[in-house]
Amino acid sequence: MLPHPALNHQLTNIMTMETSNNNKHTEAQAQPAAAAKPAAPAAKPAVKPAPAPAAPLPPAENELKPVMLKPEEVYTHVADLYEKGFTFLECLTGMDWGTDAETGGLGVIYQLENPENGEKAVFQTLTHDRENPVLASITSFYDIANIYEREVYDFYGIRFVGHNDMRRIYLREDWIGYPMRKDDETEKFNPLRMTNEPLADETVGLKPADEAMKTLAYSEQKHRIFQPEEYVVNIGPQHPSTHGVLHFRVSLEGERIKKIDPVLGYIHRGVEKLNEQLTYPQTLALTDRLDYLGAMQNRHATCMVIEKAMRINVSDRVKVIRTIMDELQRIDSHILFFSCLAQDLGATTAFLYGFRDREKILDIFEETCGGRLILNYNTIGGVMADIHPNFQKRVSEFIPYMRKNIKEYYDIFVNNVIFRNRAIGVGVLSKEECISFGCTGGTGRAAGWSNDVRKRMPYAAYDRVEFNEVLHTEGDSYARTLVRLEEIMESLNIIEQLIDNIPEGNFQEKMKPIIKVPEGIYYSAVEGSRGEFGALLVSKGDKSPYRLHYRSTGLPLVAVMDHACRNNMIADLITIGGTLDYVVPDIDR
Amino acid sequence: MFDFSKISSWLHGFLTGYIPEWAAILTESVLVALAIITLYAVFAIVLIYMERKICAAFQCRLGPMRVGPWGTLQVFSDVFKMLTKEIINLRKTDMFLHNLAPFLVVSASMVTFACLPWNKGAHMIDFNVGVFFFLAISSVGVVGILLAGWSSNNKYSLIGAMRSGAQIISYELSIGMTMLAMICLTGTMSFSEICEQQAVEGWNIFRGHVPAVLAFIIYLIAGNAECNRGPFDLPESESELTAGYHTEYSGMHFGYYYLAEYLNLFICAGMASTIFLGGWAPLHIAGLEGFNHIMDLIPGAVWFLGKAFFVVFLLMWLRWTFPRLRIDQILSLEWKYLVPITMFNLVLMALLVSLGLTF
Amino acid sequence: MKKPKIKSIPYEEFKDNETFEQLVAELNQNGTNVIVRSLDELIDWGRSNSLWPLTFATSCCGIEFMAVCAARYDIARFGFEVTRNSPRQADVILVSGTITTKMAPVLKRLYDQMADPKYVVAIGGCSISGGPFKKSYHVVEGVDNIIPVNVYVPGCPPRPESFLYGMMQLQRIVKVENFFGTTNRKERDPYGREMDKANEELLNTAEEA
Repeated sequence: MLPHPALNHQLTNIMTMETSNNNKHTEAQAQPAAAAKPAAPAAKPAVKPAPAPAAPLPPAENELKPVMLKPEEVYTHVADLYEKGFTFLECLTGMDWGTDAETGGLGVIYQLENPENGEKAVFQTLTHDRENPVLASITSFYDIANIYEREVYDFYGIRFVGHNDMRRIYLREDWIGYPMRKDDETEKFNPLRMTNEPLADETVGLKPADEAMKTLAYSEQKHRIFQPEEYVVNIGPQHPSTHGVLHFRVSLEGERIKKIDPVLGYIHRGVEKLNEQLTYPQTLALTDRLDYLGAMQNRHATCMVIEKAMRINVSDRVKVIRTIMDELQRIDSHILFFSCLAQDLGATTAFLYGFRDREKILDIFEETCGGRLILNYNTIGGVMADIHPNFQKRVSEFIPYMRKNIKEYYDIFVNNVIFRNRAIGVGVLSKEECISFGCTGGTGRAAGWSNDVRKRMPYAAYDRVEFNEVLHTEGDSYARTLVRLEEIMESLNIIEQLIDNIPEGNFQEKMKPIIKVPEGIYYSAVEGSRGEFGALLVSKGDKSPYRLHYRSTGLPLVAVMDHACRNNMIADLITIGGTLDYVVPDIDR
Repeated sequence: MFDFSKISSWLHGFLTGYIPEWAAILTESVLVALAIITLYAVFAIVLIYMERKICAAFQCRLGPMRVGPWGTLQVFSDVFKMLTKEIINLRKTDMFLHNLAPFLVVSASMVTFACLPWNKGAHMIDFNVGVFFFLAISSVGVVGILLAGWSSNNKYSLIGAMRSGAQIISYELSIGMTMLAMICLTGTMSFSEICEQQAVEGWNIFRGHVPAVLAFIIYLIAGNAECNRGPFDLPESESELTAGYHTEYSGMHFGYYYLAEYLNLFICAGMASTIFLGGWAPLHIAGLEGFNHIMDLIPGAVWFLGKAFFVVFLLMWLRWTFPRLRIDQILSLEWKYLVPITMFNLVLMALLVSLGLTF
Repeated sequence: MKKPKIKSIPYEEFKDNETFEQLVAELNQNGTNVIVRSLDELIDWGRSNSLWPLTFATSCCGIEFMAVCAARYDIARFGFEVTRNSPRQADVILVSGTITTKMAPVLKRLYDQMADPKYVVAIGGCSISGGPFKKSYHVVEGVDNIIPVNVYVPGCPPRPESFLYGMMQLQRIVKVENFFGTTNRKERDPYGREMDKANEELLNTAEEA
């Protein structure tokens, strides 16, 4: 038998009580991610079989072929598309194409979708100017573009004409340089600063000289974020109910919220930059730690984008296992959603009820994956280890258990008159607002936007199971809570259909020791616990990605906070934040 | 029934036999003060332990169990820790008021604590307008909370204090009105007389039937709000305001707030048992002489504590079950529902009493 | 040396007793007074059994911290369940999760806001060394660069049992501390007179804004 990587991994997880050197530990975590490699070598013949590059590759189903537009054309192009119904900005990715005068430059890849029929539109743009790169802003069409463009500005230094608020969003305001640029020497200029972070009250907007943006000439306009007489309370970065280290600057009038300015980046770990230096299997180790309540799904998306780009078909067994794991993870996450919401609203007992049930899922995970929270289960071409012999039995026992216990959740919390009063009609988001802000997942579905990736672009084994997409129309906090709880039931249905019919097959395809992805731009998405989690991979054919960008599920949810909370009470900020259900490390990446 | 006044009058006689009367009274006052402080500390410890165990039981947990047998010494270790913890002085705060506030809160709660009738003849503070005195002195605590919020120079504290002010002052109204309704029934404002009466004629909650039960329920709701406990724990609502008005307090200053919170809970429960459940009066059922006689054998203090802790348990049950309300909901609950109901209740009680329909 | 006793776990079963003994030797190098020491023990007993943690979590380890507080692992058994949201009232800060360079000054400030005696437990790979994100441009390589750490709990994230074990290790450290007769502070310049000036300017500018 081969020394199986998962075994190694399991041990490290169980033996955390050893006061071992941590570095060793984390390497041990990264090793199994280096994955596929040890799973294959014995079967590997000494002579290489005909390498793929020579033969013409079949088209990859997830390859994007973005049209290249001139920066001046972007605005009119988007205006056209918006007219045609492309009202959902799925993803906006900053790119650094290098310093070459002809092909190099700084650019952006846009992915739009028509939420009515699922039609996609992909295009990109590029500016060769690295000193003062300027592109057209599309904030006038999509509300979420506001945050996305600030992110691009923060990482690449591209300024957007027509954007009203060109501030850094993740990094400190006194940060020097733009870390995601290929030629940036970030570490050199940015030592650890222990001074308090400056937070400007002024921001600069780029006012276009020409409203139709035929040219990109602009004039800078300064304006204040908060007026001097406003009563501004800082909620966060260390605050019990921001679910992590999120910072809201909240302007209050009595108890009423006038404006919220989110400050992100307190847990920005530079994952996307790290990805560019890691090999493909190594990048997987970081995905679990993005949205740790969607560890399975994040890794699923990243594995899928690489597999499809490499034209690898995983076995049916893997697909089914991945589906079951994703759904278990979803239940886990939704239970935690319920618990934390209850805790935030002061119902401590409900919090513990949720955790009691969650432990059951963690037990199931632990048996098969070895971890409780960070699972490291999916690999490129399969999964780490076959399911544990107890797996099916335990999951089958869990389904009726959960169905019974979820009634308690309604009894103790959801049907409670106090909670109903605090949630119904609070933080209403209409369907159009959800689309414009790109709030996928439960938030969108609570407003009646059918955006489930499992239905929209079926993947893994979702095309062979029957389940309902839970839709509500009210769009308020109460609907968002109900959507999550009902989705637990749907997930149980999905698992029930699959658990006894796991097909036989390999749990891991044979992979080359060094994984290289053919050149191209690829995108795959899964339905994460709180929305569409996508991975955009730009490959130049090397063993590490040229760019691996994640579509964060939580970023749109934070972006919508200002809109959803205005004119509500401070206490509602907690309710709305709780029901939107964001996880901060996933926002900051 | 054992009368505690025998002991106190014996002590008084004993002391005046040796020292002049003023000195005797002074000595007695000091003794009483010591008794209050000791009882205060003991009850705080008991209540904190009780709350931690009860909440654990509601939450499928065990609660403290490693410090001492069944975790009974847990709270003592908390007290030692708190006593030796640093008290932080802050820049740009009103130092005098900042340090004064916790003492205001704790002394207000101590004086109200002294109003409770422990046994027949065992009242520390007792005079003919006892109910008035109780209501007046219990609202001194809110001054401490407001000062704490204002002097901390912290926005969370300020919001917490403002909420607390609005909440406590509103709910004081309901408490006053429900008490008024009961005074209608008893015809006296002295706690000792209220208890004596109940020992003879039966508990007020039975004598006053419908309006008394209504008043009892409203008193529990309003009393809970007075104590700033869940679901009315807005002033310190942890998830919104980190720790509300006492965010900036550390060490024993915070300890005072912590103690006062639990003691206020006990005082609220003690008052409920005094006014509605007969205080130290044993349970009597008309016609069952043997049963009544056995009940009389149980000391009054046990009756009082039993009833008080029963109400404390009810309040803890509420706290660990319900989510927190929002400030506007709290105020509309009070002003739109509770106040009209208590007013109606008062009228109803007055009618019943004047028509002789009470027992 | 008197060995600190932790209920139901013998002294020998703890890992890394060498470091611990070294610590005790350092504390007692000037000898101790018997009476003072027995008073100390009372105080230490109180402190070690009442370590109230600050609710502080930046990422994954925070979820495990919640699990520790929840029904199955129940940190309340040790008397640690009174999680305080205000640093003023907390005794121990469990740094659970990655500390980024943007978060570093905030963490330092939180630590400074805590009242003495205060302890730090670094939970998980990220807070010990930077963990899987060690090479990132925005991650602090270990919180011990910023604040003094008492106990390290490795893992990614550590299992709840490790949390409890780490807390028991901390209890042992607390149990050998001296309270009377020694300085009660761990930092040499706790008020940071030097820093104060810089901070004051910053504060003033912040207030003006």
